[in-house]
Amino acid sequence: MILMMPIIQLIVIPLAADYEIKQISISVVDQDHSPYSQKLVHKLTASGYFQLVEYTQSYAQASKTVNNGNTDLILTIPQHFERDLIKSNKAQLHLAADAVNGVRAGLGTAYAAQMIGDFNREVREEWMLLPKFNEIPQIEITSANWFNQHFDYHLFMVPGILAILVTMVGCFLTALNIVAEKEVGTIEQINVSPIKKYEFILGKLIPFWVLGMVSITLGMVFAFLIFRIIPVGSYLTIYAFSAVYLLGVLGIGLLISTFADTQQQATLFSFFCMMVFILLGGLYTPIESMPEWAQWLTRINPPAYFIKVIRAVFIKGSSFSDLIPDFLAMIGFAILFNALAVFNYRKRSA
Amino acid sequence: MATVHVENIKKTYEKGTVTALENVSFDVKSGELFGLIGPDGAGKTSLFRVLTTLLLPDEGQAQVAGFDVVKDFWEIRRIVGYMPGKFSLYQDLSIEENLNFFATVFNTTLAKNYHLIEEIYVQIEPFKKRLAGKLSGGMKQKLALCCALIHEPKVLFLDEPTTGVDPVSRKEFWDMLDRLKSRGITIVVSTPYMDEASRCDRIALIQKGKILELDTLDKILGRYTQNLYAVDADNRYQLMKDLRMPAEIESSFAFGEEQHVTLRTQENGERYLTNYLTERGHTSITVRPILPNIEDTFIKLMLENQ
Repeated sequence: MILMMPIIQLIVIPLAADYEIKQISISVVDQDHSPYSQKLVHKLTASGYFQLVEYTQSYAQASKTVNNGNTDLILTIPQHFERDLIKSNKAQLHLAADAVNGVRAGLGTAYAAQMIGDFNREVREEWMLLPKFNEIPQIEITSANWFNQHFDYHLFMVPGILAILVTMVGCFLTALNIVAEKEVGTIEQINVSPIKKYEFILGKLIPFWVLGMVSITLGMVFAFLIFRIIPVGSYLTIYAFSAVYLLGVLGIGLLISTFADTQQQATLFSFFCMMVFILLGGLYTPIESMPEWAQWLTRINPPAYFIKVIRAVFIKGSSFSDLIPDFLAMIGFAILFNALAVFNYRKRSA
Repeated sequence: MATVHVENIKKTYEKGTVTALENVSFDVKSGELFGLIGPDGAGKTSLFRVLTTLLLPDEGQAQVAGFDVVKDFWEIRRIVGYMPGKFSLYQDLSIEENLNFFATVFNTTLAKNYHLIEEIYVQIEPFKKRLAGKLSGGMKQKLALCCALIHEPKVLFLDEPTTGVDPVSRKEFWDMLDRLKSRGITIVVSTPYMDEASRCDRIALIQKGKILELDTLDKILGRYTQNLYAVDADNRYQLMKDLRMPAEIESSFAFGEEQHVTLRTQENGERYLTNYLTERGHTSITVRPILPNIEDTFIKLMLENQ
């Protein structure tokens, strides 16, 4: 049960939560009706990314379609598009996006812009053949996607979820386990015994540490079985980081358990922590695009480091020495949280 | 020498607004079976938690086997056995696993100290593979006692061990305590059941954080000679109401089938009560003088302290 939940997540989330956007609906307001405008529309629809839902002359009509939620983008081709393009060597297009779904709007306009750029180049090439034009110097940008050539979303997501899986096992279970002892009262019996604080805490840490290591192993097995994802880097690096990272997360769990009195409190608090961990951990949104203050917060968010490391090892094949600063940070977290937990755990109450 | 020495212990909760223990002092002699008797909320559990080093007292001091509960708590934890009022063994472990676990916690083994618990353990041994959470109330208590005894404690603290246990198991449990006592273990036990007082060597009656009386049961009973009568009549409800009215009657409590009545005047109580009740029209009146039991005494002490 404990291991099934994250594994189901590992399987379902990368498959479902796909950022690659296909099938963007587009309305074209063509006020030009020229061969060039036809060509542009044809180019867009032929790409497979866009689905032409409407081809109209009136912007008002297209805007109504947006309001109905039936289209994502409006491309307006103004009158005299072709004439301006040929005569004055430039022409304007208007692109409007329904930004309720920001991701869709952003990606849609980006794709469209890219394609219009392409179209522009083709037009230039066509003219270039005519000798009466001088060669125009131009810079063409071509990008190569390193490490994840085909922008495979799974390759990006699976290692991240693997990191969250380990965090959940470590943080949730430890916190709940100790608080359960408080609730049932077994901790009373332990407290009157000559067991030392550190012995008790070690006794709690070790099983969950082992469980965490097992869960990352299982996670990697499933990542291979289902997504055929194999870390490019070394397993040893992954395990070394997991080992240290788990200590830190277990420390957080312990810390929660020292001030929560009931499992309900512990659950709520762990849940809150998980939300922060995930949202500020760079799992879904890149840390680099967060505002500066949030980027500072991610620096004190242990999963942010682990997600980064796991992705680096899985996708880039980073070696241990590349990631030493992250390793040191994780050691720091492990020491900090465990020290706080030991300090805060009291065998007797005042 | 006193095995447990308690001196002016004071403990408050909620920033001093709730007083759990107020200047509690007493001594428990070595090898004694000492009973703390009082209703729920009297402060029994707080006192146990102070003595087992789980709770720091606000004021006062206490020693267990010569060790201070605040300073020498490590030594105390090695030599006391504590059975909390709430069943607090691992419900998801079997009887055997619980025993082994607690033996290991105290750096010993079940085999090594088997003789200590044998007598009690044989009763639950047939079920040793059963999970502790699936045991009956009486069996749970026996297991908890075994776990508290496994490290050969010098002092045993039992917090309401018989609460929620059937009468037969209760009797058995007290028989077991007698045998433990004969082995020289000092036992401090708390109970809300007054009838269990007779099984203790000495008892302390505790109410609202204060010790009302402390002595052997007989001496306490002897100290409070009361003008006590057991009264009965046909119309029980009317009887209860009528007995509350006259100024001569000090207290009147329902006690099983009868009404226990104490009078302020010393003489001719029997005749006074019979006459009074006949006047009020009661039939089949029986009035007989009785010797106060522990409950009568407790009620009297409680009323005096209010």
